[in-house]
Amino acid sequence: MSIGILAYGAHVPRLRLQRRAAAEANAWFNPGLKAQGKGERSMAGWDEDPITMAVEAARDCLADLPREAIQAVHLASTTLPFADRSNSAVVATALNLPQAIRTLDLSGSRRAATSGLIAAVQAVAGGAGQTLLAAADKRKAKAGSPQEMHYGDGAAALLIGEGQPIARLIVAHTETVDFVDQFRAFDRAFDYGWEERWIREEGYLKIVPPAVKAALGKAGVAADGVSHFCMPGTLPRIAALVAQKCGLPEAAVRDNLAGVCGDTGAAHAIVMLVHALERAKAGERIVVAGFGQGCDVLVLEVTEAIATLPPRRGVTGSLARRREETSYAKFLAFNDLIPLDRGMRAELDKATAMTALYRNNEMVHGLVGGRCTECGTLQFPKSKICVGPNCHKFHTQVDHPFAEMVGNVMSYTADMLTYSPEPPQHFGMVQFRDGGRMMMDFTDVDVGKVEVGMPMRMVFRIKDQDQQRGFTRYFWKAAPAGAAQS
Amino acid sequence: MATGIRDKVAILGMGCSKFGERWDCNAEDLMVEAYEEALGDAGIETKQIEAAWFATGIEEQHVGKSGVPLAVALRLGYIPVTRVENYCASGSEAFRGAAYAVASGACDIALALGCEKLKDTGYGGLPQRGRGVVNSMYWPNLSAPGVFAQLGAAYRAKHGVDAGDFKRALAHISVKSHDNGSRNPKAHLRNKITEDTVMNAPMVAEPLGLFDCCGVSDGAACAIVTTPEIARSLGKHDLVTIKALQLSVSNGTEAQHNSWDSTYFATTRIASKRAYAEAGITNPREQISLVEVHDCFSVTEFVTMEDLHISPEGGALRDVMDGFFDADGKVPCQIDGGLKCFGHPIGASGLRMIYEMYLQMQGRAGERQRKTQPVFGVTHNLGGFPHQNVCSVVVVGLDGA
Repeated sequence: MSIGILAYGAHVPRLRLQRRAAAEANAWFNPGLKAQGKGERSMAGWDEDPITMAVEAARDCLADLPREAIQAVHLASTTLPFADRSNSAVVATALNLPQAIRTLDLSGSRRAATSGLIAAVQAVAGGAGQTLLAAADKRKAKAGSPQEMHYGDGAAALLIGEGQPIARLIVAHTETVDFVDQFRAFDRAFDYGWEERWIREEGYLKIVPPAVKAALGKAGVAADGVSHFCMPGTLPRIAALVAQKCGLPEAAVRDNLAGVCGDTGAAHAIVMLVHALERAKAGERIVVAGFGQGCDVLVLEVTEAIATLPPRRGVTGSLARRREETSYAKFLAFNDLIPLDRGMRAELDKATAMTALYRNNEMVHGLVGGRCTECGTLQFPKSKICVGPNCHKFHTQVDHPFAEMVGNVMSYTADMLTYSPEPPQHFGMVQFRDGGRMMMDFTDVDVGKVEVGMPMRMVFRIKDQDQQRGFTRYFWKAAPAGAAQS
Repeated sequence: MATGIRDKVAILGMGCSKFGERWDCNAEDLMVEAYEEALGDAGIETKQIEAAWFATGIEEQHVGKSGVPLAVALRLGYIPVTRVENYCASGSEAFRGAAYAVASGACDIALALGCEKLKDTGYGGLPQRGRGVVNSMYWPNLSAPGVFAQLGAAYRAKHGVDAGDFKRALAHISVKSHDNGSRNPKAHLRNKITEDTVMNAPMVAEPLGLFDCCGVSDGAACAIVTTPEIARSLGKHDLVTIKALQLSVSNGTEAQHNSWDSTYFATTRIASKRAYAEAGITNPREQISLVEVHDCFSVTEFVTMEDLHISPEGGALRDVMDGFFDADGKVPCQIDGGLKCFGHPIGASGLRMIYEMYLQMQGRAGERQRKTQPVFGVTHNLGGFPHQNVCSVVVVGLDGA
């Protein structure tokens, strides 16, 4: 038995903003953007945020693994939806984890996730039990800014614990430097950055190489023995320059996914690590750097167990599952960057009764329904009297989780009348293969592509935004289950 | 064993406001417009009314709650007034309250009035409303046409109907109702349309386009009921009596249990069977003279023809296209224009349908009068959603039929 990473998962939203669309829309003001108008960046759907993305990455990570063994959920992000409400607790509930669990929100720096990973490994070594670390970011950028081009939205998750890890942390080293290349005050929506050349020369190139060298020295690993170097950062060639300074092989420098995904902020070091693990072989060494007010460096060694981990959607699968988005106006609207006329139907008060939410927490966030112990009928929501037409027994239902069940579309529509941030609003009746059904919202579907009988899986998404009070409501939606359709 | 109320209650008088965008009117004005006609038709005075039932759906947006708005508007005589709300069956529900009061012998003359002032909501289409604290957390983000549209995809898949053929049958339904509505001075929409207009209209909720949806209107309708004996004593002849009043409300099976296939209204099938039994109808396709059904959307009318056991299951398309439900067909449906042309002031709709039956039975329907004497008329309301709803089925007919 040893300690390390037991499993990984990732989630990159399906939409990919074509950078050319953003560059062309803003070129009248800043023609220089055209030079950056290549490739695409991931773009969260209107109903995705760091919480929902973390849940999806965590579900990918956990797959069929037993969830009862998990003792803690850590969520790292610089864009957590709630300032006062445990964001990781929402993730834990959505994963239907037991109540006897520790949750921790990690924030404040883009290296929150690497710091969290180090802390999790140390905690597990100290007997803390299995820890799920999820990292997600959805950073806002001003219209027409370079950040808008460089940023991406996404999440990754790692399960850390004892057992037969797929990768073992040999050593971790951190150097803390209050170097402010960019910052965001608590009450601001956007990052503010300083000059790129200074960030490169005085920041990355002076802070990261000594940290990497120190870590390798502690680990007793030669620089040329490193197979994968995960170095997030959007400055041109920054990873190659750092590698050169550290003596790391040029071939070890991993693609930072800038062309196909963008920089996912606090999540990105883990996103790159997951991407590396997807192809890594036993015995290979991975160096991960997390930059932000200093630098975390992790030196990992991949074990034989990597070959036995069943495949995950991961970063590669998420990136393959894409839809090009060429509407820059839609990107602006999804990120609340333009005062769009949303119509009278958007004015409906979306206040949430906290009493009712608390009472129905498992049902709403965990998608827990009922199973009748008399007749076996599955039903959502769970009720006091069984819905089975020949049963109707009182108090016979026990909890039944629906989130991992697969269903098929029984009926659907594409509704142009109801308010939706992304019309038409698709919804319909989903009939689960094992029993039970639900009329529910669909997401990640394309107009004209929904059909009766289509297989659907459940995904945790934003249901509503209460604009008056700033509360986000979450619930589950049906998304196409087939890889080709999704 | 209950025997039902067949022929125990007669319609003494009815009234109906002009439906439409009544920018000139308050809800109270509409109520009085319908009531004044009903009172004159009945030939009685307000003080003879002993109890009243008042139907409104979205009361927050026009008159407010309770029976008080009706009592004040009509200056009723400090009698019992009950406000009822049962989705789109509210008008029929008010009628049921008044009829049961008379049938029980609790009073001699009772009033039912339904009213809705939708054009003061600021919306095109029904307003978006909250659905209660728990439902709002998990129900889909839906509109009425969106939920009813669900029937289309499921029906086509079950019966193997081509999308184009299905859409054309829906179009035929709307064209037929517009033809009928064009002959009705109280209808909101009086323009004739073509199938191509319906087929090419902007989509509201797939497969329902703009002309597959009923209008949003203001309106009121009113009935005064009594016993056949009292009606005759007041000098009435050719009485139209109530043959059956039935209501069926979903218990969650459709929404939660996989036994329902989303192609029909379970409640309508049940309520209509009960109503036919109460009315003594054994062969609805042959015995029913006229139907007014809840055509909130063309697809609703379509499947309702099967749910009322008039068309065989899977046979509505053929009947619709054969003109079986046209004004000159075997069983005219929406001979007054239906919700499609009257619009759907929720509280008023059920009573508006009974008003048409009453006029047709008495040969007072003017230009749109059915030539052969109608015997049984069926009105049908459906409120809520296909998977969770309230259905009322009312049968009226000539006394002794």
